[in-house]
Amino acid sequence: MTFIYPTDSNKAHPLPLSPEYKSSIKRAPNKPLIPMRHTLSELTGPVYGHETVRDGDNDLTTQHKGEPIGERIIVHGHVRDEDGRGVPNSLVEIWQANSCGRYVHVRDQHPAPLDPNFTGAGRTVSDAAGYYRFVTIKPGAYPWGNHHNAWRPAHIHLSVFGYSFVTRLVTQMYFPNDPLFPFDPIFNSVPDEKARARMVSSFDLENTKPEWALCYRFDIVLRGKNATPMENH
Amino acid sequence: MKSSGITPSQTVGPFFKYGLTPNGEYAWNDAFTNSTLTPDVTGDRVRIEGRVFDGDGVAVPDVMLEIWQADAQGRFADPQDKRALPNASFRGFARCGTDKDGHYSFETIKPGTVPDPDGKPQAPHIVLAVFGRGMLRHLYTRIYFSDEAGNAADPVLAVVPADRRATLIATREAGKPVYRLDLRLQGDEETVFFDV
Repeated sequence: MTFIYPTDSNKAHPLPLSPEYKSSIKRAPNKPLIPMRHTLSELTGPVYGHETVRDGDNDLTTQHKGEPIGERIIVHGHVRDEDGRGVPNSLVEIWQANSCGRYVHVRDQHPAPLDPNFTGAGRTVSDAAGYYRFVTIKPGAYPWGNHHNAWRPAHIHLSVFGYSFVTRLVTQMYFPNDPLFPFDPIFNSVPDEKARARMVSSFDLENTKPEWALCYRFDIVLRGKNATPMENH
Repeated sequence: MKSSGITPSQTVGPFFKYGLTPNGEYAWNDAFTNSTLTPDVTGDRVRIEGRVFDGDGVAVPDVMLEIWQADAQGRFADPQDKRALPNASFRGFARCGTDKDGHYSFETIKPGTVPDPDGKPQAPHIVLAVFGRGMLRHLYTRIYFSDEAGNAADPVLAVVPADRRATLIATREAGKPVYRLDLRLQGDEETVFFDV
């Protein structure tokens, strides 16, 4: 292969062990990760059959008989690598709480209403230039047991594949100016302030649909690849 | 030229199941299953199964695993693999969530040999990514097969300390095309995870 993904890019990610996030304490490896050279196995990546993505899978407000309750929003953005190249045909999957902050999941039993018209899952494929778009409902904040009065800032989970197995990314999109940011150990597990800011969407008035939906823009930047072979370590 | 920094990883959380591995349990269609098999796939069919444990040895019920592998001839279903075309019916990707006791399983085929960057053969292997609550970034590991003589010369296993290699090698059950590999996220028997 002529492309190498530099491991330096990984510095933006949280460390596996972030003690403030209590669930990480028994699940983070104790031993150092072992460096290895990328082979074809790491440099290739899943190829999708488009039959798994159906028309309308990117609109979470039309999956049921009625309309979900809450603030309708458009979420869109550009999937690109850190060298600025758009990533076309990349599968983007999302899942989220409803507008009351409750997930459709047997283990989420906190006393907020479930919405019969909202599952909170969607998927799409980025277009030829790397752009994606969803219609959904703004998720609510919800409590969790991490610490006293712990509430997650409103967020949407995103799963993105990119070009190879080593560009695989699962992240969370947050909303601008959330008062819960300073108190959330997951958001703050990213040590660098500028990197943290890259997980916050921007309010996009320009693409807001009049009298229908507000709009947020969230660009997703995956690892870039150097054009010349280089030693990985 | 670097135009912007990458988006940091965040945990998949405990509630990914209805979004990523619904398996008919939620009002949402499946994009992937725990099987790579298609009716006309060629190669030796195998089942890989095991359990996932945390640092206290407690089963982890909310981990999601993804595998990616070559076909039986060692070719990937990706245009970046410029060698001979892969088996058209085989994509090589599957996804599985653990159950309440931490069990996972994959139905797939034994992959062929894939070259390393120097052209040396790697022993048959599957790459595996581990996502879960408490894991802020997914972990990368590999699955090898206990009945492959090529393991002894595999260039990736060679960089793993000898006393930890067994954590990557799925053990074949006697007389069955079934391999077992437990994953331990932490502790003395911790699975080897790679910095890629």
